Amino acid sequence: MVVFDKPHALIDVPMHYCPGCTHGIIHRLVAECIDELGIEGKTIGIAPVGCSVMAYNYFNCDMIEAAHGRAPAVATGVKRSDPENNIVFTYQGDGDLASIGMAETVHAAARNENITVIFINNAIYGMTGGQMAPTSLIGQVTQTSPYGRDEKLCGYPIKVCEMLSELEGPEYLERVTVNSVKNIRNAKKAIKKAFQNQIDNKGFSLVEVISSCPTNWGMTPKKALEWIDTNMIPYYPLGVYKDRSANKEAE
Amino acid sequence: MSEKVLMKGNEAIAEAAILAGCRHYFGYPITPQTEIAAYMAKKMPKIGGTFLQAESEIAAINMVYGVSSAGKRVMTSSSSPGVSLKGEGLSYLAGSDLPALIVNVQRGGPGLGGIQPSQSDYFQSTRGGGHGDYHMIVLAPSSVQEMAELTVKGFELADTYRMTSMILADGTMGQMMEPVSLDFDIKPQIEKPWATTGTKMEREHNIVNSLSLVPEELEMLNFKRYERYAEIEKNECMYEEYKCDDADIILVAFGIAARVSKNAVDAARAQGIKAGLIRPITLWPFPKAPFEKAVEHAKAFISVELSMGQMIEDVKLASSCKLPVYLCNRVGGMIPDPEMVFAKIKEIANGGAN
Amino acid sequence: MSTKQILLSGFGGQGILFAGKFLAYKGLIEDKQLSWLPSYGPEMRGGTASCSVIISDTPVGSPIVSKPDILIAMNLPSLDRYESAVVKGGIIFADSTLIERKVERDDVEVHYIPATKLASDNELGNLANMIIVGKLLSVLDDFNDESVNAALSKVISAKHADMKDVNLKALTLGAEYKED
Repeated sequence: MVVFDKPHALIDVPMHYCPGCTHGIIHRLVAECIDELGIEGKTIGIAPVGCSVMAYNYFNCDMIEAAHGRAPAVATGVKRSDPENNIVFTYQGDGDLASIGMAETVHAAARNENITVIFINNAIYGMTGGQMAPTSLIGQVTQTSPYGRDEKLCGYPIKVCEMLSELEGPEYLERVTVNSVKNIRNAKKAIKKAFQNQIDNKGFSLVEVISSCPTNWGMTPKKALEWIDTNMIPYYPLGVYKDRSANKEAE
Repeated sequence: MSEKVLMKGNEAIAEAAILAGCRHYFGYPITPQTEIAAYMAKKMPKIGGTFLQAESEIAAINMVYGVSSAGKRVMTSSSSPGVSLKGEGLSYLAGSDLPALIVNVQRGGPGLGGIQPSQSDYFQSTRGGGHGDYHMIVLAPSSVQEMAELTVKGFELADTYRMTSMILADGTMGQMMEPVSLDFDIKPQIEKPWATTGTKMEREHNIVNSLSLVPEELEMLNFKRYERYAEIEKNECMYEEYKCDDADIILVAFGIAARVSKNAVDAARAQGIKAGLIRPITLWPFPKAPFEKAVEHAKAFISVELSMGQMIEDVKLASSCKLPVYLCNRVGGMIPDPEMVFAKIKEIANGGAN
Repeated sequence: MSTKQILLSGFGGQGILFAGKFLAYKGLIEDKQLSWLPSYGPEMRGGTASCSVIISDTPVGSPIVSKPDILIAMNLPSLDRYESAVVKGGIIFADSTLIERKVERDDVEVHYIPATKLASDNELGNLANMIIVGKLLSVLDDFNDESVNAALSKVISAKHADMKDVNLKALTLGAEYKED
């Protein structure tokens, strides 16, 4: 009896992520959802620039590497090349999605582009070695905010789900995290729904996953998971920020 | 031959693209190429295609990247400042070996510049446009008919060589109307087994990517790409020679400047000056053959440009600097008139050239 | 003359580009070589509009008319700007309702047509452009009923097909107009 196996949608190769990083968990959740929905053969994933830049080596479906921040625009093109048949997801970090690619994010959401966006928010630029991200918390020390993020100098961290929820366009926005078994289960439910929405032609679905970066946060993996609870979630509350279909049913 | 219709150059590009099987267009408004977007906006929904006004030039070129990754013919169009914004995407398209058609209906620069015709994006286009070692196939139409024909050709070359083709036009070419025959011979599209269309669980996954972190591998990729470029330089050069056979003074011009130059050649010939014209149709690859022939009998070249002298460098290279090369130019949206070009020919015929 | 270089100029809204298009379509129908090039940009919105039309028996070189054989000036700024550019022996058509002064040159042929007044007197709305073009065709002895009709059908979209008659009326009125 198999009690544990790698999802088919995930290729069995060593990943380059740092020990304790939650990218691995989230990759797995995405792959499990692709398996369970039976969509691997028609799924095209878009990797960003950032820590998950090499995600194209990990997912078994067709993959495209996009320029920094442009994944939603690339996804728009791919989706519209064969909208009846393909399933398109982007996998983006906070710098990619909420800084350099903010315009692409907002407009894909406003168009209710029928794509699935997995947004990894770990409040830091990981790949380049720990610089301040658009989602870095006030006071957070990074390589480019060595005295702590000062709102007078660089403003406030951006709450992506809250901001996008003001748009008429998007179908579904939810913020989850992966720092406990319970939270991982919830995250998977959200990710699966974000794919199911696309299958059902409902439109733009974004799942923001509050994630940890022990290496650049300068913490042990365990401490980093705790830091999510103590520092991240108070500023980035978990929950559903928009679910148009559910709201419609409720009405 | 089919009935000729009157069309603006911009519209001819759009219609030819549709005839070539392009069903995806992404753009952002900018003068003087807006007719292309307008035409696509009207036509695409009626033929099951996609027209989408992107939020920026950057988004538009990345939507092109997406459709191209999925193996379909796709295009975008813009004008000079907008093409600068597309520079990043052009480099990524090259790095990922993706075909696409890009149209630049040039206007005067630098910066926001003006909106009148220009050819000052010659360097930008023929040297690639973005970062890294790469080229685009650059096609320079000189009539509305060519705007249409080179659009079809552009798609075919792009697919064959897995790279971007650029139509390098200018405001005049885009705005003018001439009779056009749209009765082209459209070749069937080639297979694209590399495209990310979903594995159907029948093959290994395809990856479209320009990242290559191992220097030895990235070097090899560049070498391979340049082998392909060499093949293009050998096979795909296009040009027109006009009264060159016995010419002493040979004008070199493309696009609108070539139209003006033809008038000047005729005016010179009427006065007994043996003038001719080489009109490169591909700006990259730049055609060397007519220059190798011309240096055997001509006395001088005059590069006629709507720029401060950009193509002139390629003229010197193509002729191995064997003859003097003069510049006759207007910029900023101004266009040299035939009288000005003729005056330059006369000046050089009367002793300027030695 | 195997090549006619025509420059049409006036205010935006006077139908300069339309009149030029009509001449271009007429050339197309008569199987001529031709080009039509508008001025474009902000100057089109309310300012001066101009349009180069070249009709020829041989391939057209530059589509830009800088030395017109024929100038149609629909307002004073157009005449002021382009009078001196017309080639020696060329022809100038001026809307004398809007242009009070006379052409100063004596080496060109000049026709004054009160086109704007004729249009309003004959309830032809803003078709002063086509009245002048009608005159142009009659002066050139080029008013070919068949190609004029066919060109109108091309230049007027099917949606506005009812405008064909008034345009033809304007062309005819211009062609038959006798100068003092």
